[in-house]
Amino acid sequence: MGVTPFPARADGIADRMAGFIAHLRMNGIALGPQETGDALAALSQVNATDPAEARLALRALLVPDADAWRGFDDLFDAYWFNAGKQKQGRTTSPHVRVQSTRPMLWQPHPGDDDAGDGEEGFGDDERHVHADDGEGDAEGTDGRLIATRTDALTRRDLRELMDEDTLRRAEAIATRIARAIRDRRSRRRKQALRDGMLDMRRIQRASLARGGEPIDLYRKARPPRPMRIVALCDVSGSMSVYARVFLAFLKGLIGADMSADAYLFHTRLMRVTDALRDHDSLRAAARLSLMAEGFGGGTDISGSLTAFLNGYGARALNGRTVVVILSDGYCTQSPEALAHALTRMRRKARRIVWLNPLKGWKDYAPVAAAIQAALPHLDAHLPANTLAALAALEDEFGQL
Amino acid sequence: MTERTHLTLKADLAGTGYVADDSIAMALHLAMTLGRPLLLEGPAGVGKTEIAKALADASAIRLIRLQCYEGLDASHAIYEWNYQRQLLAIRASEATGGTDEAHLFTDAYLLKRPLLEAISQPEPCVLLIDEIDRADEEFEAYLLEILSDFQITIPELGTIAAVSRPTVVLTSNATRDLSDALRRRCLYAYVDYPDADTELAILNARMPGIEARLARQIVTVVQEIRREDLEKVPGTAEMLDWAAALSGLGVNDLAQDAEMLQATLVCLLKTAADRDAVPTSVMDRIVGKVA
Repeated sequence: MGVTPFPARADGIADRMAGFIAHLRMNGIALGPQETGDALAALSQVNATDPAEARLALRALLVPDADAWRGFDDLFDAYWFNAGKQKQGRTTSPHVRVQSTRPMLWQPHPGDDDAGDGEEGFGDDERHVHADDGEGDAEGTDGRLIATRTDALTRRDLRELMDEDTLRRAEAIATRIARAIRDRRSRRRKQALRDGMLDMRRIQRASLARGGEPIDLYRKARPPRPMRIVALCDVSGSMSVYARVFLAFLKGLIGADMSADAYLFHTRLMRVTDALRDHDSLRAAARLSLMAEGFGGGTDISGSLTAFLNGYGARALNGRTVVVILSDGYCTQSPEALAHALTRMRRKARRIVWLNPLKGWKDYAPVAAAIQAALPHLDAHLPANTLAALAALEDEFGQL
Repeated sequence: MTERTHLTLKADLAGTGYVADDSIAMALHLAMTLGRPLLLEGPAGVGKTEIAKALADASAIRLIRLQCYEGLDASHAIYEWNYQRQLLAIRASEATGGTDEAHLFTDAYLLKRPLLEAISQPEPCVLLIDEIDRADEEFEAYLLEILSDFQITIPELGTIAAVSRPTVVLTSNATRDLSDALRRRCLYAYVDYPDADTELAILNARMPGIEARLARQIVTVVQEIRREDLEKVPGTAEMLDWAAALSGLGVNDLAQDAEMLQATLVCLLKTAADRDAVPTSVMDRIVGKVA
C-alpha cells in the first residue's frame, strides 16, 4: 500500500487532517474544526509515522458509534491511501459515498413507473400479477391472485388518495395517532420536582432526620411513560398501490415523535427513519417512493421480521413499544415462520398492531395462511384501506 | 520511566490477565494521555467492565465504580449531606449552649458518592461508569459537565475542582441511544466478540492450567455456537464459565460424554428458546467438527 504524497496545494499535516475531517463529515460522521485539533494532538501521542497506529488512534478519537466504527477502515484507506488522489480530488473507493452518488436503492427502478398513476384497466392489473409472479414459489398463491383481481375495484378511491392534499391528510392523521399512542402517564406516582401532590410519606420519613421538622417538601406526580412507535411497512408488489399513502402515513407517525422508528420491507428490510425525517417533505416523499419502488416484487414478511428482530430489534423494542405492521399479509414464506417471528416480537414489544388494507373490503375474511397464523399473536388487526378507516384508528390506538 | 505507548499498555494489561486487542489498547492509551473519557460499546459479556478493572490493576491505581440504573440521581452519584450527623451536631451544640451553625455545611458532613470521590482523590484513579445507557437522559446531561470540566458544584460549598483527573471509562450495552453530546466528548471503542485466536489467549490467560486440546475445542465450539441463530449470544464471560464448569467436572475431551456436554450448556445458553435452538443433534455436529 503506497502512501500518497500530499497534494501540492496542501499546507502540511494540519491541512491534510482538516481534509480528512471534511471527508469523514461528508460520509455522515458529524465532526467539526475542534476535532481537527484533537486529531493532531492524538497523533502527537502515538508513533504517527506508523499508519497502523495512526489508524487506531484516529479511529478511537473520531468515531462516535458502532456503525461508524465498522466503516472507518474504508474511509481511512480511501483518504490516506488512495492512489491518484491528487488528480481525482475527493472521489474515493466504491464503498464510500460521496455527495454526488446515491445508493442504488434510491435510483428509480427501470421498468417500474409510479404506482400512484393508476393507469387504466388491464395494464395495471397485469403488472401486479407480474410483480407477484416474479417471486415464483409462493404459498398462498390464490390469496395473492384475489388481491390482484380486486385491485380493480378499489382503484378509483385509491387514485383519489394520490393527490397532494390527501397525502397531507394521511400524514396529519398519522401524527394524531402517534400522539394518541405516545401520550401515556404512569399509574404510579413517583418523586417529582414540581407539580403533582405532596408526598406526605416521604416528607415524614425525611423529617425524622431533621428532628421531626418537615423542612424538605417532596412532591410526587404521575410521570409520563411515552410509548415508542416502531412501524414496519410492506412495500411489495401487492402493496404498491398503497405505498404512497402509507409512506405519508409513516412520515406522520415518525414526525410526531423523535424516538419513533420506521422500516420498509419486502424481501429485505430497510431502515427509513432518517429519510422520513427529511425536513423537506416533498423531497422525503420522493426519496421514499424511489426506495419503495426499488424494492418491487414478492414479500417475505417472516424473513423481514426475523431480520428486524436479529438486527435493529434489540435496540428498537422494549416494554414500552407499539409495533405497527402495515401489510396485506401475503407472504411467500411458511406461515409457521411468521408465527415464530411474531412470538419472538411479542416477547419484546408491548403491543403489536397489524394494519391491513384488505381488511376494510366487503366480505374480507382472513383466509391467507400467513394472516391466519399471525392473528393469535396480534393485539389488533385493523382495516386501513381508506382515509376514513385510518382516521378511525385513533380511537382504537387510544385504547391499546 | 520508559515512555508509555499503547503496546506497553497492552503488555501491562496482559500482565493482569486481560488480553486486549490493539484498538482497545490504543483507545485506553489515548484516554489516559489526552485526558478524555472513553466510551466502550459492545454486546454483553465481552469484557467491557473488565477493561476498567484491568486498567486499574495494571497501573496500580484505585478503581471507583458507579453502576448506573434507571432513576439514578445526584444524591446517589455525586454527593449527599449527612443529615443525621448534622442533626446530632446541632443537638450537641444546643446542649453546650453554642449557636454556631456555619460548620454544618463543611466537608465533615458531606457524604461523597462515586463521582465526587473520584475527582477528590489525591492520586489519579480509574472511574468506571458502568452501563450508562441504563441511567436517565437527565443524568447523562449532568455527567457532561463533570466529564468536560472535571468539577462539581455544591450550592452550600461552591465549586469543587478536581484534585486529580481520573481516567474515565464508560460502558454501554446500547439499550438506548446515547446523546451526540456525550459521544462527542468521549473517545470510542467498539468491543466485539473476540476471534478464535484472541479467545484462546483469553482462556489461557484466565485458566492457565487448562489442557491445550480442551482449550482449543472449547473456543471452537463457542465460536460455532455464536453462528447459530440465538437470542442471547454467549460472550467471553460465558465461555470462561463453561470452561470452568468443564474442567471442574473433569472433562478432558468434549467428544467423550455427550450427555455431560448438554448438561453443561446451561453456562452458555441462557434462555429456553436458545436451549431449543441448539439440540443434541446440532451440538453433535459442532463437536464432531472439532473432535
